[in-house]
Amino acid sequence: MLETTDEAVAGIEDGSTILVGGFGLAGMPFDLIDALIRQGAKELTIVSNNAGNGDVGLAALLAAGRVRKVLCSFPRQVDSYVFDALYRAGKVELEVVPQGNLAERIRAAGAGIGAFYCPTAVGTPLAEGKELRTIDGRDYLLEYPIKGDYALIAAHKADPMGNLVYRKTARNFGPVMATAATTTVVQVDEVVPLGALDPEAVVTPSIYVDRVVPVTSRQYTVQGAR
Amino acid sequence: MSSERDRDRDRDQVLGMDEVAAVIARDIPAGAFVNLGIGQPTKVADHLPAELGVVLHTENGMLGIGPKAEGPDVDPDLTNAGKVPVTELPGAAYFHHADSFAMMRGGHLDVCVLGAYQVSERGDLANWHTGRPDDIPAVGGAMDLAIGAKSVYVMMSLFTKSGTPKLVPHCTYPLTGVGCVTRVYTELASFDLRPDGVHVRETYGTTLAALRARLDVELR
Repeated sequence: MLETTDEAVAGIEDGSTILVGGFGLAGMPFDLIDALIRQGAKELTIVSNNAGNGDVGLAALLAAGRVRKVLCSFPRQVDSYVFDALYRAGKVELEVVPQGNLAERIRAAGAGIGAFYCPTAVGTPLAEGKELRTIDGRDYLLEYPIKGDYALIAAHKADPMGNLVYRKTARNFGPVMATAATTTVVQVDEVVPLGALDPEAVVTPSIYVDRVVPVTSRQYTVQGAR
Repeated sequence: MSSERDRDRDRDQVLGMDEVAAVIARDIPAGAFVNLGIGQPTKVADHLPAELGVVLHTENGMLGIGPKAEGPDVDPDLTNAGKVPVTELPGAAYFHHADSFAMMRGGHLDVCVLGAYQVSERGDLANWHTGRPDDIPAVGGAMDLAIGAKSVYVMMSLFTKSGTPKLVPHCTYPLTGVGCVTRVYTELASFDLRPDGVHVRETYGTTLAALRARLDVELR
């Protein structure tokens, strides 16, 4: 349990792979990303569903020139102009991964799975270079786990042990990313006393969580609903 | 299957996309779990009566998605896959991304409705990338949905603005999925894609003969 987001991102080295939660703006750990920009790590590989919206969050990290490669499912959006410009200028590498494969590859990393066969993308350009296997008459591609040095995620509430609950669709990648990084860093809206979370309702158990920082001010809003 | 003349009489007028959405909604079975793709397919929700008990899935992690949120109901933590603020219905459930896509891949989702650049007569789908060198590729959940849902319905215009057919013998755009589309709904006709070929279900303001003259695929 930490007091500042700067402490929460301390030690992130240049060249790290960082799993960043969020789907669009929902569940995006904005305050941790701001702290990462201040912290200064560069040559980062970012694994996230999108590649930044507007000028905040991942877009700000990209604009600061800290990202070498983005691994995501959907970089191009109406307000992804920061990424778009960097990509077109050849200043950031892109690997596009189908959204479900992104989630499952991260899940596999957290679950100790060496690789798995998945039917998604068979016969498409994203199958290039992947091993094809026919199992019970259906074609599958071999997919490898995606592991992070760090995961930066946002949750709704944590207890002092690091058990987490999320809010609505802001949950998205948080629970799988929390399992798949060497160090999992979580910003939460609120820290509640030990025993205040219903054990039946805990979504991410504390074993996956290394650092928690409460962040009181919510900086984000919904696209189109500003 | 009705006779050729019966099918030509189905609707007198070419449909607007909202009417296409209504036709799709009519074909969704009661109690089905359904994912509506980003864009035009979201219109289908407007034509699903509550008593039908259809449960809408959104791949960012929710079942039981309600209408678009307005004013004070807007919650930054509650959006659909198009990142539009939505509401939750009683009985809704939230889950993480890996679970959400396991629902598709695992064959639990009954229907998904997707847009398309092209569909081939054997059901190949192209809807994620124009293939132009200056176009930034972005796939999202399209490939997972295409191969995951039990039935994949495509909602699209039958021709491009320049009049080129979008129901084609072979897709020229990069594929999203192979042999995955079961039905195609357009402003001029709806089609079943079966192992033996393309069957016309209904025509709207046109005739089977006219469609045969404009499309390069054999219509049954």
